Amino acid sequence: MSLRGKAAIVGAALAGCGEAHGKSAMEITIEAVHGALADAGIALGEVDAIATCQPLDMLSGLTLAQELGLSPKFTMNNRMGGSSFLSHTLWAAMLLELRLADTVLICYGSNQRTASGKLMTALGLPPYEAPYRPLFPLSSYALAADRHMTQFGTTREQLADVAVAARAWAQKNPEAFLRDPLTREDVIASRLVSDPLRVRDCCLVTDGGGAIVMRRAEAAKDHPKPPVYLLGGGEGTTHRDISEMADLTETGAVQSGQTAMEMAGVKPADIDVVQLYDAFTINVILFLEDLGFCKKGEGGAFVENGGIAPGGHLPVNTNGGGLSCVHPGMYGIFTLVEAVRQLRGDAGDRQVDRAELALAHGNGGVLSSQVTNILGTEATL
Amino acid sequence: MTGVEKGPGPDAVFAAKLAEGTFEIQKCGGCGTHVFHPRVICPACGGADLGWVAPTGRGTVYARTVVRRKPERGGDYNVVLVDLEEGVRMMSRIDGIAHDRIVAGLKVTASVGEGAEGEPAVVFLPEGGAQ
Repeated sequence: MSLRGKAAIVGAALAGCGEAHGKSAMEITIEAVHGALADAGIALGEVDAIATCQPLDMLSGLTLAQELGLSPKFTMNNRMGGSSFLSHTLWAAMLLELRLADTVLICYGSNQRTASGKLMTALGLPPYEAPYRPLFPLSSYALAADRHMTQFGTTREQLADVAVAARAWAQKNPEAFLRDPLTREDVIASRLVSDPLRVRDCCLVTDGGGAIVMRRAEAAKDHPKPPVYLLGGGEGTTHRDISEMADLTETGAVQSGQTAMEMAGVKPADIDVVQLYDAFTINVILFLEDLGFCKKGEGGAFVENGGIAPGGHLPVNTNGGGLSCVHPGMYGIFTLVEAVRQLRGDAGDRQVDRAELALAHGNGGVLSSQVTNILGTEATL
Repeated sequence: MTGVEKGPGPDAVFAAKLAEGTFEIQKCGGCGTHVFHPRVICPACGGADLGWVAPTGRGTVYARTVVRRKPERGGDYNVVLVDLEEGVRMMSRIDGIAHDRIVAGLKVTASVGEGAEGEPAVVFLPEGGAQ
């Protein structure tokens, strides 16, 4: 039995992106939920399974049920970091296919920018790393970038071009947080934080929330917007701490991508639009390689000189990504919402022509958890 | 050590050795794999027969970063991943060399020094001593 095309996203919304003064993380989350239910034309009472994962509230699934006034049949609080929401979709599809639930809500929200101005996390440094004071999580990604540069000759300029492409997409997205022009030189001149990563290699710190609603495919056309079908999904967990990652140049996205594409019956060349969790510029290079869009070690060349910018050979992070659009701590849900908008043809100036197949990819921890979803329009079923 | 034993777990045993100035890693009595960080069972074979051995202390830098910090707050410091000869990797710091001379491939030697809070921690010097 395959989950291919068995469930669909029928509602999606964002809320509080950028700065949401005076609002709590859960309030932003609930605003996104309200928007997604309205988008789907579904009453709150129809929701019978929920999923969330929030950085500071270890029991956020319970809080969500309480704040929605629901007694769901299933409450999922799987915690794998920013990739969690792309795992929630797989569990949602299983619940729907087994008819254990009919309407599944997946959501997230954070007020980290207005509440603290920096990443809010309950995580501390691992015991065998703490004596050396790596910046969490930045230094872990810096080590991965350093290794990639050593091993494959990836350049400082290529890393910068990831951020430049994200900004170019953000300039087409009125909801993006940073829309000023950004050049390769600007990125390379920005403050060095943990070599080789500079400030503009790092994702934003914003507020924001997102929510999606999923139903079985057979019920998915009873809603105002075109359904976006989940065609495939896969996960890969390789470690928790960067010192335990076997090869810093190869992530669990190899496994998650292969699993997802096999289920969906697609290959990388079939994908029209790609949403990758770009916590840092190196992530995009690693994931493009690991997901099979280019060979290992060739990610730098792939992104160079506008390769993934508007007009490039592959549209990646069309909302502007975590680097320029929104990054409230756990970005995974935003890859899904942007994929939905692209596949619905609702992406405005940044709309990718004839977008039928999208790949959304989440990263959790320090390159630790990788989860891939393949989404498609009705034409791809 | 066979099976699940009474007494402190591997983290506490490692910490106690380190506090006495001794750096040891585990070796699996079943499959011979060296293991770090300390674990209850061998991640290679699943066996619980993990004993303690002294590594040669020789290693090679796998990746490095330099955390940039204002001089008044203590200045820059390096964070590295080192591959030991035994095949295990660990996070550490290289002392006795300028940060910008630390690159992947640099040969280093382990010693027991101090971590950020003055706690005992394994640190490395360039092979042949401080440069």
